[in-house]
Amino acid sequence: MHLRRLSLLATFLLLIPVLPATAQSTALVGGTVHPVSGPEIKDGVVLLQDDTIAAVGPREEVSIPSDARRIDASGQVVTPGLMDASTATGLVEVSAVGSTRDNALDTDDAIRAAFRVTDGINPHSVVIPVTRLGGVTTVASTPSGGAVAGQGAVIDLHGETVDEMLVRDRAALYAAFTPGAAEATGEARGGLAMRLREAFEDAQFYAEHQDDYQRGATRDLSLSRLDLEALASTLDGERPLVVRAARASDIDAALRIAEEFDLDLRIEGGEEAWKRADRLAAANVPVIVKALNNLPTDFDRLGTRFDNAARLDSAGVPVAISSFDTHNARTLRLEAGNAVRYGLARDAALRAVTLAPAEALGVADTHGSLAPGKTANVVVWSDDPFEPLTSVEHVFIGGTEMPDDSRQKRLLRRYDERGDWPPAYDDGS
Amino acid sequence: MHVRSHFACLLAVVLLTGCAGTDSTTTSSSDTGAEYDAATIENMREGTYNDAFESSYDPPPATPTLIRDATIMTAAGKTIENGDLLMREREIDTLGTDLSAPEDVQVVDGSGMYVTPGLIDSHSHLGVSATPQVGPHYDNNEVGMATPELWMEHGVWPQGPGFARALAGGTTTALLLPGSGDLIEGRGFTAKLLPARTPQAMKFPDAPGTLKMACGENPKGGPGFPTTRMGTAAGLRSTFLDAQDYHEQWQSWLNDPTGEPPERDLGMETLAQVLRGEMLVQVHCYRADDMATVMEIAQEFDIDIRSFHHAVEAYKIRDLLAERDISASMWSNWWGFKMEAFDGIPQNVALVHEAGARAIVHSDDDLEIQRLHHEAAKALRAGREAGLDISRNEALRWVTAHPAWALGLQDRVGTLEPGKNADVVLWTGDPFSMYTKAHRVWMDGALVYDRTDPDRQPRSDFELGGPLQN
Repeated sequence: MHLRRLSLLATFLLLIPVLPATAQSTALVGGTVHPVSGPEIKDGVVLLQDDTIAAVGPREEVSIPSDARRIDASGQVVTPGLMDASTATGLVEVSAVGSTRDNALDTDDAIRAAFRVTDGINPHSVVIPVTRLGGVTTVASTPSGGAVAGQGAVIDLHGETVDEMLVRDRAALYAAFTPGAAEATGEARGGLAMRLREAFEDAQFYAEHQDDYQRGATRDLSLSRLDLEALASTLDGERPLVVRAARASDIDAALRIAEEFDLDLRIEGGEEAWKRADRLAAANVPVIVKALNNLPTDFDRLGTRFDNAARLDSAGVPVAISSFDTHNARTLRLEAGNAVRYGLARDAALRAVTLAPAEALGVADTHGSLAPGKTANVVVWSDDPFEPLTSVEHVFIGGTEMPDDSRQKRLLRRYDERGDWPPAYDDGS
Repeated sequence: MHVRSHFACLLAVVLLTGCAGTDSTTTSSSDTGAEYDAATIENMREGTYNDAFESSYDPPPATPTLIRDATIMTAAGKTIENGDLLMREREIDTLGTDLSAPEDVQVVDGSGMYVTPGLIDSHSHLGVSATPQVGPHYDNNEVGMATPELWMEHGVWPQGPGFARALAGGTTTALLLPGSGDLIEGRGFTAKLLPARTPQAMKFPDAPGTLKMACGENPKGGPGFPTTRMGTAAGLRSTFLDAQDYHEQWQSWLNDPTGEPPERDLGMETLAQVLRGEMLVQVHCYRADDMATVMEIAQEFDIDIRSFHHAVEAYKIRDLLAERDISASMWSNWWGFKMEAFDGIPQNVALVHEAGARAIVHSDDDLEIQRLHHEAAKALRAGREAGLDISRNEALRWVTAHPAWALGLQDRVGTLEPGKNADVVLWTGDPFSMYTKAHRVWMDGALVYDRTDPDRQPRSDFELGGPLQN
């Protein structure tokens, strides 16, 4: 995160004694703190300084600077900001309006590895404030379509520019082993597997024959230079490969291909992953699941069930939970709650919407838990975050408290009372 | 309706000749032209077309049951702590505390648990665009600008895997609707969510007829459809003008059945019934201005609208809805998926409620129909955050009593009151908690779902032998 780097640089350049006078500190005092990376702390304090977390601990062990803003969180619950591992936030404004969608390339090419969503992310999307006021502070904005969809980005939901929001650009490469992806490669899974293998083989060849390639002295390759670059850097370990797959045999295929090319695999969707829990655990492959789903919506997911997350977790598979939504990514906490309802331990469920997605997408050094030095993404809840009657009280992103404002709040305030003048004269603030 | 058919025949005997005491005897209605049997003619007179495709619902065996020591949320204004509920003769018999158990009554310990009426969904497509959602399962929309001749029940696949799941979520009744790809999509189907072999066996007995209409984005823009909202409004008005003509032609012939009778038209029959006030009109509408237009058109033709569906902007015109006694069937928080849903706010339900209009939380979704109680809780929380003082019992009515009213079943289901159908859910805890599940579900007094008994967990033919079982 550029902002954080800048402030760390500032910390380094300025003399330490100068800092307290200029630093912005906030202390969240007295709540039940769930650091995720450690045990629950009753009557705890989370101290935010500038854009990072300075301290987390029991009230008596954390010294709060005298000039810190103190927020009483007693009777409330403090967690890391939630992270949704699969959204199109900032990429889709109105789902059914094509001109507002930037999450998928409209092309017949099945392999779109070079496609990066980042430059299409709109920091002023009205979806962003709505999402963060639901306690989701970080999302992966992901591409979709084809057999290889492109590269996603992890962003914090606050900032004037994409650069300010970026946590990790090109965080993962997205592929699919689904009927939809098979359709893009000749209507059969065998064709899909063939195209994926061909793409990675060509990328390997490209990486090994860079000079020949530049001189035009190689055999024909199936992809453009940019696609080859993106696949080669993924093969090189720069980012994980996220494969969207539901059917148990499709997960098998993803595991097989990942093993052949030594790829760092994650499974997304994974509706029948519970049938492969032991195998996924042995391979230590994280699975990103939707918890509020138990329907056989297609023939590749007839085994969809509510307790998928619980079964995977008990087998030792790293589980992240996603809303797989954009406009209602704010329901992520209820997804986690539903996983608890069907057997997942509460701490595992909280982990599944914080640290687990951060680990799966390579941002756990700065995100996903309340620990000193991490980015100050923190949410204060009125009570158990997984309960529908619980409210979000405060949201901090990078140490800044998010205003209680969104387009939806403006509409609410505009229409909450009827006056003598048309609503158009009320700006909703 | 049985009684009514019989009466129909008697009337026909008086008016015409040749009715031999059954509905099916063919009667020549004039010397030339069309012939209609007595029952048909009576249907034209009485608007009793719902007698066609009659319900064959036959509830499973019921045992008189007494639930004891539960928190009973009646959805009728009160909560009974440590309450008892006796179901007998397929009805709610008695509510109270410390009831004595009559002989032969099965006693269920409800301590720590909650009881509510069976939940009701005013908008579902279960079995209509059933899972798996493959092309051949798509039976939502027919092509045509207005298709009032369609009957939803002819497109319902009773093996849809969603039915059993909805029941396991405590939902016992749903209005299955066609559409919303054209102006008038046809008759809805009020279903008991008890999986059966035929749609008729799921048909809620003697439920009033419903008509599904639509406005806004969906019914415009397709080939052969109006291109603009002006076009959809004009199309709606023209269709109802035709219906008025049809209705008047039949009325005058029925008053003086001497000449050649008018030709029957299935679509116009449906709309004639609407004009007679015998159908509950359900209108898919998102935007406030679209709802206002439809309300004006309804007034023009003297039609009552029972519920606006989706109604994402109902909060903007909640006073108008309250004035006209029109309910709004809404989601707790859907928005943004299309242009006319861009102004959705999570307080929509609560604001409509506060204005005195009937607020309904509907699903239109095969997942949300499994958790209407949680959706109501979400809407309740949003309302409370906006400072609206709404009780849990009132919020429960959003998924029970109010949708029952939208379906015209308010005297039979939707609250726990003596004499109502014994559609009852026993929950593992507070239904507004995320962790709560339906523990047992009774329909007409029969235990049709039990969380702990695999023999009381229905499963569709489609899922036999599938990955959930092997």
